[in-house]
Amino acid sequence: MSSYDVIIIGAGSIGVPTAMALAEKGVRTLVVDQNASPGQGENKHAIGGIRATHSSPGKILVALRSLEIFSTWEEKTGEDIEWLEGGYLFPVYRKEEEDILKGILPIQKKYGLNIDYVGPEKIKEVLPGINEEGLLGGTFSPEDGSASPLLAINAFYRKAVSDGAEFRFGLRVDTISSDNGKVNGVVAGGQLYKAPVVVDTAGPSSAMVCKSIGVDIPVYSDSHEAAITEPVKGFFACMVVDLRPGPGSKNFYFYQNKRGQVVFCITPDPPIIGTDKRETSVFLPQVSARMVSLLPRLKNLRVRRMWRGLYPMTPDGSPIVGWNRDVEGLLHATGMCGQGFMLGPGIGELLARMITGESTENDSIILKEFSPYREFAGQEALK
Amino acid sequence: MKEKRITQHPILDVPERKEVEFLWNGRALRGYEGEMISSALVANDIHIFGHHPKDGSPQGLFCANGQCSQCLVIADGVPVKACMTPLQSGMLIESVEGLPELPADDEPVSPKKSPITDVDVLIIGAGPAGLSAAIELGRLGIDTLIIDDKDRVGGKLVLQTHKFFGSVEDSHAGTRGFEIASILEQEISELSSVRIWLNTTAVGVFSDGIIGAVTNKTYRMIRHKKLLVATGARERMLTFPGNTLPGVFGAGAFQTLVNRDLVKSSNRVFIIGGGNVGLIAGYHAIQAGIEVVGLAEALPQVGGYKVHADKLRRLGVPIFTSHTVVEAHGKDHVESVTIAALDEKWQIVPGSYKTFEIDTLLIAVGLTEVNEFYVKAKQWGMDAYVAGDAGEIAEASAAMFAGKIEGLKIARALGKTAEPIPQEWEEKAEILKSKPGKVSIKTPPASRSGVKPVFHCYQEIACNPCTSVCPENAIRTEGDVITGLPYIIDEEMCKGCMSCVAVCPGFAITLVDYRKDTQLPTVTLPYEIWKETVEVGQEVEVTDDDGNPLGTYPVKKVLSLKKKFPRTLLVQVQMEPEKAVKAIGIRVQHAEVRPTQTYEEALPMDEAIVCRCERVTAGEIRSAIRNGVRDINQLKAITRATMGACGSKTCRPMILRLFKEEGIDLDQVVDRVDRPLFVEVPIGTFAGVFGEEEDEQL
Repeated sequence: MSSYDVIIIGAGSIGVPTAMALAEKGVRTLVVDQNASPGQGENKHAIGGIRATHSSPGKILVALRSLEIFSTWEEKTGEDIEWLEGGYLFPVYRKEEEDILKGILPIQKKYGLNIDYVGPEKIKEVLPGINEEGLLGGTFSPEDGSASPLLAINAFYRKAVSDGAEFRFGLRVDTISSDNGKVNGVVAGGQLYKAPVVVDTAGPSSAMVCKSIGVDIPVYSDSHEAAITEPVKGFFACMVVDLRPGPGSKNFYFYQNKRGQVVFCITPDPPIIGTDKRETSVFLPQVSARMVSLLPRLKNLRVRRMWRGLYPMTPDGSPIVGWNRDVEGLLHATGMCGQGFMLGPGIGELLARMITGESTENDSIILKEFSPYREFAGQEALK
Repeated sequence: MKEKRITQHPILDVPERKEVEFLWNGRALRGYEGEMISSALVANDIHIFGHHPKDGSPQGLFCANGQCSQCLVIADGVPVKACMTPLQSGMLIESVEGLPELPADDEPVSPKKSPITDVDVLIIGAGPAGLSAAIELGRLGIDTLIIDDKDRVGGKLVLQTHKFFGSVEDSHAGTRGFEIASILEQEISELSSVRIWLNTTAVGVFSDGIIGAVTNKTYRMIRHKKLLVATGARERMLTFPGNTLPGVFGAGAFQTLVNRDLVKSSNRVFIIGGGNVGLIAGYHAIQAGIEVVGLAEALPQVGGYKVHADKLRRLGVPIFTSHTVVEAHGKDHVESVTIAALDEKWQIVPGSYKTFEIDTLLIAVGLTEVNEFYVKAKQWGMDAYVAGDAGEIAEASAAMFAGKIEGLKIARALGKTAEPIPQEWEEKAEILKSKPGKVSIKTPPASRSGVKPVFHCYQEIACNPCTSVCPENAIRTEGDVITGLPYIIDEEMCKGCMSCVAVCPGFAITLVDYRKDTQLPTVTLPYEIWKETVEVGQEVEVTDDDGNPLGTYPVKKVLSLKKKFPRTLLVQVQMEPEKAVKAIGIRVQHAEVRPTQTYEEALPMDEAIVCRCERVTAGEIRSAIRNGVRDINQLKAITRATMGACGSKTCRPMILRLFKEEGIDLDQVVDRVDRPLFVEVPIGTFAGVFGEEEDEQL
């Protein structure tokens, strides 16, 4: 029988950086994942945007730390994870979006974001070729950016392994195991792996995994489709988010990554609830029409591949992070609502501090916001 | 107009085409209107189409089939595949140096919804399988749409100048491939329920039942009741240093350049791989006036038909069995190739390296199914069928049968007919798929009188045209099965009409005629190379089965059966009786090329490129495998292998082979997840902004 200090369920966007943060502190950590290698659940479906441009203090704080980790990774380790500081641009063509964006600026600035509402001239400079007709302005946050989810998770994985974390792939957790209201490990593949702390970073599988120990966690999936183009010479570097609704969709967003490929995604409206990850014929015509309307020159850029991934959603669109009050030793870090990749490194360190008892003052702001026991009322403004 | 064009050909007609001018990196060049840009460039001796953004390596034509994206050029400002984009007058074509620049065309656009077409049966691929299936469906009046990415029907049939093997009654044996394509096209044109969309590439198979396809730059969504995937095969590649140099390409790509586009792409080729594809490509090269320096096959014997190998040997091409390619050399283009002998443990024999000066290296090491459409369709629960190479790699004759069978199966499933699938179809399809059988060398007929056919056909293959052309019905196959060796039931029955000599796809029948002169009988030899070399009175070197010279003889007469086989020359010489029965070939390549140098250095095999799109080396992949990677998805994440434009079409088999070489059981390897699109498509095509919506066209 193997025994650890911490067992993490899921080697994805949250699980791997958490293992990295724990291993660095010398905590004996095991990560169990049903897939064959790191990031093969939903992490690899992420498009790679990383922003601190959120609308609530908790997320801003976590994301600022994530940004720091992503942006300094190459400098610290010598490994290229294709970090590109290109910023986030929310162009505005209507009063509705102007109001939303201007409404959240004060809180964004309060928590240290470098962001401003800028005029059309600045926007044209950041995104050459943008359709100028009716362009009112928008927000631009130059210190946000992007990185490759594929490279990043493997880099984090290697670091975790070199610091002593263990990973078991192709192993599915059957149940979280407990004794007298206290977690004592997980049963996977018919075998008990012991640890006094179990971290649920299972994303779309969280509800099912937690159910095994009688815990209801309000995480459900909806699917989003995304695609990537051929690479061309860089002509913009920011993530462009158009918040306007369109036929069958809410916002859509795209950016050009460090390799020159444009990666894009759309938010279906109504959402497509469920775990169906099969590609449909709807996405490309729908998103393409919106993209060329916003940035006509994209018409000649060729789409290479598309895919569909799951957002582990919560009722209010914010993550769930916190200790379970009924089962001692069970720590939730799930329901990232499509932002697991960008929040992951920040959340990983937060969880490590919670486990080692080193929480900070800011952590309590974050944990209050992400509490599994909050009311789940309201909606994230920039979901 | 230029020396890189094939201006005359022993088999193919050279059509009149309209010359146009275009600019290549600012230089005015001439090409033919409507030919693929890649062919126009190669015809102008331009082989480097750009340089890769990662390592600056020269890029050029590789698959010539719209699959690989290696031939990217900028045409009128937009990156396109040169092998799939027709040349137009005044086109501005530029090389792609590093990453291409997206044109700053900021004119606002008006997106339009793409049309949805409903059909009963959708067939992807208008090759031998797809066309044959459509004929069965059309015969029953079933609404059928065939889509194909090329500008003409026939698939790879249009590249084949040789007469086909197989059976006369079912698969047009004895007829040349490109002529079979025309016959099938003609049959289809008479079937009103069958439509064909050419220049239409299937790009995605979606879970909501839609096949996405692109005609020129228009996106179309096709809904179907039944889907037949008849997408054929793609060529396998090998891992060796220099394998991505311009001038190293597939035998199929070569045939496309030479036989379809009449471009004399090369002067001296070497061929790797002794299957039928490699052997036939060698033959096609010589027909096109290109020297074949040699052919190497890793196995102790060639894998293709013996008659194909014999044809090459007799023309003077050395075949190196138990040899492998070691390295292709050259700076911007292949200049030479080194091969080496293999021992029985597949290890290189020390001191056996041979280097040949060449300008083209053809890789013909087998084919893999183009089955991504079928796999996805099945995954999504579509009612999908597969025929031809897309299902199982075999000869085109087998593909035609498979097409007929699947076509009828679909018709039955649609309730449009109750006709049973004839039992004999299934049997014949199996026979036509069979690998070449055993070889039994026959002794020639002993009697020296009259006139008689001599069969140099020693290997059991599915082929019987000779039995059907004999007006005396004197030729049969052993056991009366299609794979049986031919024989004449009674030598006295032969009247010397030469039909069997002319029809034989393997050039394995001669006629020896003692009637005029028993001491110097007349031998009739089949010949399909340059007629200038066999004019009456000219001395020709006649060879035996294996290409050994029997002597030099003057040509007495050159005939042909004008109605049925106008392009097969029947060359007559008079020879001594003991040689006459051995004579079968006329040698055309005289200066056998000797290796220019040998060397013994250890070769940097790790430098070989595996993923050509992303320039990932064998060394990088081996190192990942040694570090424990068993999931190709992780390999992809770390190295980018399989992430390029082609979507792993070329490198996946090579990667799996590296796992095996590293001693990893493939059961332990998790394969990559395939996703649409199968071919890159402009965003504007999906958005419907390119207008010029053309109606259904043929």
